[in-house]
Amino acid sequence: MSDEALSEEAMQNEVVEVRVHTDPVEEAVERLTERFPEVVEDPRPDFGGYMVPANQIRDVAAYVRDELGFDYLSSVTGLDLIDEGKMEVVYHTYSIDKGGSALVLKVHVDREEPTVPSLTPMWPGADFQEREIWDLYGINFEGHPDQRRILLWDGFEGHPMRKDWHEPFYEEEHKPFGSRWPGGEVFRAEERNPYGKNVQYPAGWQPESLEFNPDTEVYAGMTVTREATPGLKTEKVTVNMGPQHPSTHGVFRMVVTLDGETVLKLEPVMGYLHRNHEQIGERNTFIQNIPFTDRLDYLSSMGNNHGYVLAVEQLLGSKVPERAEWIRILMVELNRISNHAWALGFLLNDMGAFQTPALYMITERELIVDFFEATAGSRMMCNYMRFGGVAYDLPTEFRGQPTMEFLDELIYEQIPRFIEEMDVYLTNNEIVRARGIGVGTLSAEEAIAYSTAGPVLRASGVPYDVRRAEPYSYYDELDFDIAVFYNGDVYDRYLVRIEEMRQSVRILKQILPHLRSTMGAPIVEGKPQYAIRVPRGGDAYGRVENPKGELGFYITAKTRSSNPERYHVRAPSFINLTALGKMCRGHKVADIVTILGSIDIVLGEVDR
Amino acid sequence: MYGLGIVKGMAVTLRHFTETYLDDLRWAFRGGRYHNEEALKVRQHLGKNRGAVTINYPEEKLPMPERFRFIPFLVTDDPPPGQNWGHDWCTSCGICAKVCPPQCIWIKRGTKPNGRPKPEPEEFYIDIDICMNCGFCAEFCPFDAIKMDHDYELADYDRTYSHIHDKARLSKPISYWREIVPAKAAAEEAARELAEQSKGKRRSKDDEPEPQLADDVQRQLFYKGVLY
Repeated sequence: MSDEALSEEAMQNEVVEVRVHTDPVEEAVERLTERFPEVVEDPRPDFGGYMVPANQIRDVAAYVRDELGFDYLSSVTGLDLIDEGKMEVVYHTYSIDKGGSALVLKVHVDREEPTVPSLTPMWPGADFQEREIWDLYGINFEGHPDQRRILLWDGFEGHPMRKDWHEPFYEEEHKPFGSRWPGGEVFRAEERNPYGKNVQYPAGWQPESLEFNPDTEVYAGMTVTREATPGLKTEKVTVNMGPQHPSTHGVFRMVVTLDGETVLKLEPVMGYLHRNHEQIGERNTFIQNIPFTDRLDYLSSMGNNHGYVLAVEQLLGSKVPERAEWIRILMVELNRISNHAWALGFLLNDMGAFQTPALYMITERELIVDFFEATAGSRMMCNYMRFGGVAYDLPTEFRGQPTMEFLDELIYEQIPRFIEEMDVYLTNNEIVRARGIGVGTLSAEEAIAYSTAGPVLRASGVPYDVRRAEPYSYYDELDFDIAVFYNGDVYDRYLVRIEEMRQSVRILKQILPHLRSTMGAPIVEGKPQYAIRVPRGGDAYGRVENPKGELGFYITAKTRSSNPERYHVRAPSFINLTALGKMCRGHKVADIVTILGSIDIVLGEVDR
Repeated sequence: MYGLGIVKGMAVTLRHFTETYLDDLRWAFRGGRYHNEEALKVRQHLGKNRGAVTINYPEEKLPMPERFRFIPFLVTDDPPPGQNWGHDWCTSCGICAKVCPPQCIWIKRGTKPNGRPKPEPEEFYIDIDICMNCGFCAEFCPFDAIKMDHDYELADYDRTYSHIHDKARLSKPISYWREIVPAKAAAEEAARELAEQSKGKRRSKDDEPEPQLADDVQRQLFYKGVLY
């Protein structure tokens, strides 16, 4: 498809463009500190954000949301400041209308019995994030409707992200571990950490003595009082979907209360793949984290790398060479196409078109991941970006063809042909329409309140894209539109992904000349180093528009340290799931599968 | 009209189905569609391909790009005639063990008879159960002594001690590296020679200015096998 036809297509789909505004935070802060004199700037050097007294956080949040327009609570982060004897909760709020950077609110509470008022009643998107903080840090959120563990199992003892908590067979606080070199004694990882013995149980705890009442423990909050059909005696049924269920895209469970076939309530249960990624990240040196971020959303590892290196580059103050930026955009946009191809293929799988469409869709994806393999060394676990650049330049040739020629063919012919082919066959397919239109609707206000991101947010009519709202890399120089649709149902999420692939192709076409003109230029700043120490401490938040939504990395570090002090991932799949219960209410059981498929989750990122 | 979508979808499947067989016929006089290197190339290059895009593993294998990385190995010199062990390139400096994200490398430095440390590892282990194939060890090794392998078929009946690779299992001669990644190996060799030459040479003011890249950048790129 030619360029004109593409832009015409874009116009038909009512693509809305959002202009980049000047930073609205300064003005908001002025009004905020005037209204609440207790709110002060974070006194620690190199730390951003504003300190809010714990008892005022709800008023401040309401003011920030309603009066200042920072209505999007993107990320809630817990921190353990063990040196100061404090616990901290960090809120990143954004303005959907104005874009720009975050208004960061911080709450400090005592480390003994920390209690913070919950923001879930006003921002339902904080629900899972606050539960996660309770789970990992033990910060009690007063007023949270359903404060239970979310990632760990119910009988778990302790809160593992606290700095004084140590797992069984704890080795050392930071890598590299001294036992490895020199003269290290070799042991198998499994020997060191034997299966079945690597769990800490509460003192005197016997598994047999566990009185486990599923009604109160697991299905708490699931009791529904509703007289569905007056006069006819009906019973509600609680059904467990998953964790081993082909529709869940991994190991994910949903507890569904049904009235006949209609969903009354749905509660996601997760954590089966939990490996405490964040604590691993705090033990790792900065560079060791890059391959670990690949394992978050393993379908878009280039994007994960990008978010992480952006955050650390803020601490390091690196300047990325021009060619490296273009290569990064090339990789990330190719990754977006491959991710959406996968997501749409498996959405159709969930709709009942078993395997065949999915296989046709991943044939083109195959070319992209093979190109990743030739460039970065691995198809999915790319580990490609480095602080201040990328690891390798593009290969000179790919499968016997010069790389640029291959990219031309890929970007100008194969991918557009594949997108249009999908569009022709699927968009007006009556099954896709019947299963998609009106299913799992989420209004724009709800989508913002639930902190959803990415295609889920944009399908609900909110034109918010980090690439435009707070441009990173060279996105402000590129010409592309934000794909927006307004019905907020499964079908619109499908359409958003198709449109985003087209926009990615548009971006890729623009960067090809830059890749040609910068051939041979440096791809990394300075000499690659393995022992990186941050020159200044402080905190940094790097966020990128990943295919699944806004991926953010919140990193704090001490001055001259080689490890992050706190490493938090704002995982879009995880936070998008907060809205799953809302979307499924009132629909049939079979629709749950489709709705979940339309959110496009990856469990590696949900459970971390 | 209801049912049209299904018919359309079935037509796509039928088209793919028949095209696969037509393509087989097309290839029948050119050595066949499968087990044929030329056909494999076409099958993987989707633009010019009409039929199947799959390969018959394990009879056919995808050609691996040079940068493909799997479990690391240690580079040694080619063994002298009559011996089966070449000189290790590893100096047991320990950078790989320090940079390894899952900490799967153990090194025991050798000692000379007089008790001084010898720049050669006495023991070298990699626990491939936890190796994540990130390639940092090879990337940061200053001596080109540890490299990422291309041998991905490591299935084994024993899941315990055979997964700890010791020095004997890890060591492979440099000729093997040249064989699996010819271009990169040649680039590295050139970079090493360049470094060797520039070691003794003093730069004078009359030297010609570098053409494009800063000296250190170019060397680094050569060094990492990027410019080739």
